[in-house]
Amino acid sequence: MKYRDIREISMNFIPIAAFLLALLIGAIMIAFLGVNPLVAYHALLNGAFGSINALADTVVKATPLLFVGLGICIAFRAGVLNIGGEGQLVVGALSATIICLVFPNLTGWILILIALFFGFLGGAIWAGIAGFLKAYFNVNEILSTIMLNYIAVYGMNYLLRGPIMDPLQVKLGSFIPQTARLSQAVDLPRFIPTRLHLGTIIAIFFAILVYIFLWRTTIGFRIRMIGQNIQASRASGINVQKYMVLAFFLSGALVGLGGAIEVIGVHHRMFTDGSATGFTGSAGFNGIVAALFGQLHPIGTIPASLLLGALLTGANKMQRVVQVPSALIGALNGLIVIFVVGSEYLRRRQTRRVERIMKVEHNSKNKNKKEDK
Amino acid sequence: MEAIIIGVLKSAIRLATPYLYASIGETIGQLSGVLNLGVDGVMLMGAFSAFFTVLKTGNLGLGLLVAIVVGGIFGLLIAFVNVTLKAQQGISGIGFYIFGLGLSSLLFRTMIGTVQTVSGFSPLSIPLLSNIPIVGEIFFRQNILVYGAFALVPISWFILNKTPLGLSIRAVGQHPEAADSLGVNIVRIRYLTVIFGGMLSGIAGASLSIALLNVFQQNLTNGMGFIAVALVYFGAWRPLSVLSGALLFSTVNAIQIWIQVKGINIPSDFTLMLPYIVTIVVLAAMAKRYVRPPKALNKPFERGE
Repeated sequence: MKYRDIREISMNFIPIAAFLLALLIGAIMIAFLGVNPLVAYHALLNGAFGSINALADTVVKATPLLFVGLGICIAFRAGVLNIGGEGQLVVGALSATIICLVFPNLTGWILILIALFFGFLGGAIWAGIAGFLKAYFNVNEILSTIMLNYIAVYGMNYLLRGPIMDPLQVKLGSFIPQTARLSQAVDLPRFIPTRLHLGTIIAIFFAILVYIFLWRTTIGFRIRMIGQNIQASRASGINVQKYMVLAFFLSGALVGLGGAIEVIGVHHRMFTDGSATGFTGSAGFNGIVAALFGQLHPIGTIPASLLLGALLTGANKMQRVVQVPSALIGALNGLIVIFVVGSEYLRRRQTRRVERIMKVEHNSKNKNKKEDK
Repeated sequence: MEAIIIGVLKSAIRLATPYLYASIGETIGQLSGVLNLGVDGVMLMGAFSAFFTVLKTGNLGLGLLVAIVVGGIFGLLIAFVNVTLKAQQGISGIGFYIFGLGLSSLLFRTMIGTVQTVSGFSPLSIPLLSNIPIVGEIFFRQNILVYGAFALVPISWFILNKTPLGLSIRAVGQHPEAADSLGVNIVRIRYLTVIFGGMLSGIAGASLSIALLNVFQQNLTNGMGFIAVALVYFGAWRPLSVLSGALLFSTVNAIQIWIQVKGINIPSDFTLMLPYIVTIVVLAAMAKRYVRPPKALNKPFERGE
């Protein structure tokens, strides 16, 4: 038992070690750019935590990462790799935006709930397509979710440049691809004077909900069981296909909810710059990093997304102050993922060693017992 | 009409080039049991390094060589994480993709800054063959990287099916335990295939930045590397079928570009969406054919002790 405790503790340090290693490599890269890494990281830290507003921006940035991360937790726990966060964010946000544009006169709270529900549903359906194709047509989900990302983005570009473009943009002739500002009635309450909004609390609430769902309900147990051992699940009579689709559905639902909250909590409209990450700012990919960094645990994903939110917010400041492009953080995020999955090996080796030690101890105890007799 | 068809087919052949390099490389890697999803990131690094070298030196051969070396280094890193550290391949690949995307953007922003063009590989008419009507125009007035991509198909087919090395690669992917007991060095084979795949991804990127488009910008590939991985499934791990998939895909792309250039009244976003929809539909249709992937794909090798 003693060894197991030590193992648990040391294993929890793996993501932190991965993070520090990535920062170290980042420092080397910054030094190559001719900038003092300490100065650069100081600017980053300052940009992320330096003032109340900076801190609030960090939390605001972390919120979509947490939603995506929670979705990823469910999918990865079910043993399916949902890489479609980008597309699900877009579809969730679009669904919420469109419903708000269609019913601008509904009372605030009702419209907020409807918008959140449509975001939830939009993301769920978008991911559900991949789940359905995986479960019934054996289509590799990594590929289908990535293709669905592109389809969502081009669909969004079409809608924003055409049917739902801000009439004002047409009138002015500037044609910026964005919708009109949504009715103020659907603005999520904010913690004035910062940009912090209610969405963060909703996200944390869902993190707890996902934890209860995965570890305290039968459906959650079955989803995790499929991820652990698909043959055994099938043998024990679980309808594997059904639960696979369900896992995708719920995974996308949380991501889509995150997209809806980005719209009604932060931007109050949908917009893009025409690039693949024009609306999401890569939150769909960074959420994967957050989930892995949080060890695919919904509660662990909370601090993980906060840390990544800080990196992303601080990176903007770093870019302004010392001219280190914020793309550096993208590269570091990739390194974090690589280090975390690479260190699985250490974890397994450690497990094996602990098991061996425990076996030896167990045997010697037995021997002692026999000798006592 | 004839001119249109010739034009579309000619550009389809050209556009198949990056997909061919990347997906043949991925095919060989997957046959040995390693799923590498980082192709897109490696392509971006190859594209950047080739472009940068050509921008600074004007030497196309050197640019290509640098792309191969950079691709090979990435292949080595991917092999280390997937083979030696036995990481979960689906996730590590996403990590390499994010890393390659971020690093190539960072290098672009700091070392080049603005979108510039270079003069890349120019078309090379093959004597006699290029004079054949229609066929000559479509196939034999392309640049050297296009010829290389198409030559790669029979070469990889031959290596995989007719040589002892190919047999070892396939054995390692199908039944590593048996291969191991016959003395095949599994780790070495997998390193070899993944590094080779990385080099080909590097060339795939270079073919974009110094032969087809002659520019570099952030996220130049726009997900081509993932489509290349999809083509491997489409082609059921056979170089010839991968070729037909790449051609189908590049033809859809060529038509899409033609529609845009012609100004036909379909919103460009829909035509841009088309290749991705085709990929999903084709993958779903293929699944019914039921070709089994290499048995040990995505499974790190653990010697039973």
